[in-house]
Amino acid sequence: MTDLLVFAAEEGAHGGSFSEGGFFADTAGIMLISPFVAFLLIIWLGKQLKNDGAEFAIGAMAVNLVWASVLFFQNMTEGIVREVHFEIANIGLFEGRELIFELGWMVDGLSIMMYWVVSFVGLLVFIYAVGYMHGDRRVPWFFAAFSLFAGSMLILVGAPNLIQLIIGWEGVGLASYLLIGFYWEDIENVKAGNKAFLTNKVADVGLILGAILVGLAIGDFSFPAISEAAAAGNESLGAVAAAGGLLLFFGAMGKSAQFPFHIWLPDAMAGPTPVSALMHAATMVTAGIYLMARTFPLYQAFAEEAGIRPIMVTIGVITLFAMGLLALVADDIKKVLAYSTVSQLGYMMTAVAAGGYTAGLFHLFTHAFFKALLFLGAGSVIHAVHSNNMSDMGGLRKDMPKTFWTFVIGSVSLAGIIPFAGFFSKDEILATLDHEGYVGFMWVAIAGAFVTAFYMTRAVALTFFGTYKGHGHPHESPAIMTTPLIILAVPSVLAGFLNVPGLKLGSFGNFTDWLGARVVPMGDYHPESLDWALAAYGLTAGVGGIVIGWLLFAPDRDTQGERDRVEIPVLYPLLRRKYYVDDAALGLVGFTSGPLARATDWFNTYVLDNIVNGVGGAVRLAGRFVYNGLDQRGIDGIFNGLSAVADSAGSSLRKLQTGRVQQYATSVVIAALVLVIVVVIIQ
Amino acid sequence: MTFADWLSDPVNWVYLAIGAAVVASAFRVVTSQNVVHAALFLVATLAGTAALFLMMSAEFVAWTLVLVYIGAVIVLFLFGIMITRAPLNVEPGLDNPKARPLAAVVSLGLFVLLAYTSLQAFGSDQLTDVGTPTDTVTLAESLIVRFVLPFEIVGFVLLAALVGGITIARRDLTPVEEEERGAV
Amino acid sequence: MLVNQFLIVAALLFAMGTYGLLVRRNTVMILLSVELMLNAVNINLVAFEAYLRTSEAIGQVFSLFVITIAAAEVGIGLAIVLMIFRNRQSANVDEYNLMKF
Repeated sequence: MTDLLVFAAEEGAHGGSFSEGGFFADTAGIMLISPFVAFLLIIWLGKQLKNDGAEFAIGAMAVNLVWASVLFFQNMTEGIVREVHFEIANIGLFEGRELIFELGWMVDGLSIMMYWVVSFVGLLVFIYAVGYMHGDRRVPWFFAAFSLFAGSMLILVGAPNLIQLIIGWEGVGLASYLLIGFYWEDIENVKAGNKAFLTNKVADVGLILGAILVGLAIGDFSFPAISEAAAAGNESLGAVAAAGGLLLFFGAMGKSAQFPFHIWLPDAMAGPTPVSALMHAATMVTAGIYLMARTFPLYQAFAEEAGIRPIMVTIGVITLFAMGLLALVADDIKKVLAYSTVSQLGYMMTAVAAGGYTAGLFHLFTHAFFKALLFLGAGSVIHAVHSNNMSDMGGLRKDMPKTFWTFVIGSVSLAGIIPFAGFFSKDEILATLDHEGYVGFMWVAIAGAFVTAFYMTRAVALTFFGTYKGHGHPHESPAIMTTPLIILAVPSVLAGFLNVPGLKLGSFGNFTDWLGARVVPMGDYHPESLDWALAAYGLTAGVGGIVIGWLLFAPDRDTQGERDRVEIPVLYPLLRRKYYVDDAALGLVGFTSGPLARATDWFNTYVLDNIVNGVGGAVRLAGRFVYNGLDQRGIDGIFNGLSAVADSAGSSLRKLQTGRVQQYATSVVIAALVLVIVVVIIQ
Repeated sequence: MTFADWLSDPVNWVYLAIGAAVVASAFRVVTSQNVVHAALFLVATLAGTAALFLMMSAEFVAWTLVLVYIGAVIVLFLFGIMITRAPLNVEPGLDNPKARPLAAVVSLGLFVLLAYTSLQAFGSDQLTDVGTPTDTVTLAESLIVRFVLPFEIVGFVLLAALVGGITIARRDLTPVEEEERGAV
Repeated sequence: MLVNQFLIVAALLFAMGTYGLLVRRNTVMILLSVELMLNAVNINLVAFEAYLRTSEAIGQVFSLFVITIAAAEVGIGLAIVLMIFRNRQSANVDEYNLMKF
């Protein structure tokens, strides 16, 4: 049963008239399914094929790219807003509202942009991975999990409702766990996978609670309904908007590695490099930004009033600046890029949180290209020198010219130098912050641009200049790896022109217009023309970072210690220990998990057993108790009694972890007795 | 109603005799240091319980108890005792002496609590229609009309227990034994 | 006859079953104690039925269910005891401490 809905909005280049998108929008679900088909085929047939099943993964991504490209073009010319969904289960009435579980796909500006980015970057990374993983362990399984990763992300970005988004969200988490711990023979990698998974799980609680809160407030989990309710100023939605918005933001913080949930991302570098490239560019970390963009009408309508904007912007700004500094002291080239990603995610989150829908998403768009390029370039270097550490590199520009030039293009783009892609997207974020009144934060963001340029110059200088310090003789990577680099370099240079303020690409409009194909108008800010003063600040910061970085790091030095002692001595230990956030988080986990686990265990055994025993022995008693009325004193008493029992039993139970069943049984009976006595006394 | 009133009813004399027997034999079940004796005392307890059921006009349940428990379950227990090679005479290690004081306190507390709540709830309420046994037809109709679903589920549980019992208790053959069995 | 006179016998049986459950080391003995406790519940159910006299004899029906489930429980329980005994040459529950943290 297909149910087609078309919504109209009043913004965008097409005068508020949007098309349904025709055949490709009707069948856009193919994009959501094909990676899973590839997953199954690889598991089934992968080992027998010449390229270990990469054919299926690449084929699925190629199909997706065709679909996404056609949709992208259609959206450029006519604008598509379309939602297709299938009713899977009717959960029934809840407080007079019907809750229906639906699956389907969205086809609007935002989703089309994400489809295209995931498919395009995914395809190139998959092709690259054929060369990178050649001769490695478990290659079919790698491609299977890789397909699962991309497929889950497509499920997520195609989701027409919060429930499907959560399904894709968890799928992404699962696939990332599999891929980060891909070399599970080494216990460190397993730990990194666990850390990523568990950190994300903590944040997922926020997403799920937020989804429940928002969904139940209006009785519908679908994004069009939420958007419309928010745009119409629905009162029951407004009542939960502050809590719901913060909870959803909390979930987004986990996947998008916002401070203090960033701790999983650098460790996630334990996976093979193509995984890092895909994870950082197109899938996984962008999920949080996507969630914020998808629920943007909610924030637009209520965030100002509820006063949660400053909180979100502050977290974004802390992330963008503090995490950029960490990239300065990392020796592992992938960690430099990882911290860089966290920092750039901070930019996106800041923009979206401040109300810059287009600005944040445009940065996501350009960042996907140059960050994928940088990671694949780093992978190419690692492939050549067999080490992740920049202290084993140096002087590689002669040996690996293609990698060198593409890496430099990516770095310059990331550093935000005109006319590369990063300049325009970062400039739009600065303009948005300026416009929305976060001027102080804008200056922090400009300082962040300085730091960005600084650490990227350091990475380039240490990797490609000076003398080679590793072993053996490095060679340029094979064509199957360099070709994706060259292809990615093109949008890294040119993508910025898609959204120069005030510049329209003829009848196609520009990126802002394409994203304007959405269910409700949002009235978010986009600059009409380039603010040259602001651009000059950003540019100065970028150039300054490059110059200072070059002066400090171009002189060749033998060891990392020598290089780093030159730098900011006060901050150095703080940065090397990553602001102690990891230590704090681990300490917190160690501190709480023991007692918490015991308390949970206690609750399971005792409270549930109490209920059972209570039913057996005191049915009549309970009946009379309820009949006489649960007055305030009764309820208070039960809870006080319960908590007192929990307290004492919890602390004494620590000693009772003997493994002797009968001691456990004794405790169960005592607890049941005490509970019933409490009930009797109250009654 | 005074105790003397209560004693004036001869049925209660019967009750006192049976109840004392039940409680005494139950006490021996949990304190006897001889495994077989404990099982046999359980037979006495169950027989006494069946008699109590008869006093409470539950004839069908009483006879079911006799047939199922005394006829089948106790036999199972005796099998279990034999197979686990428990010593058939007095065995000092049957109890965990360290646990005795706490267990005694706990079970005493449990009894006090149960008795207190029963007394609070029922006071001196009398049984209804003593002497008119519950019709077995009523029981049967109730069982297969109103409670037919639980009835079927219980049947399924019994089947599952049967299969599970066989699966769990069956010893896995060693490869050599399997080969021998295959050869035969 | 009072309701309470039966309920108190049941309470005694239940308490003694609990005592056995907590004190016995032999697994078969523990199962015997559990039977005592189930039996106490049966007495309660039948006593309630004799007090309330429901038209469908609900209390007695439930006691029949309890008897059936108890039989299943004994079957499975003894099977488990047998298996553990075969593997560990002991029927003493305090020697099964694999559940220890």
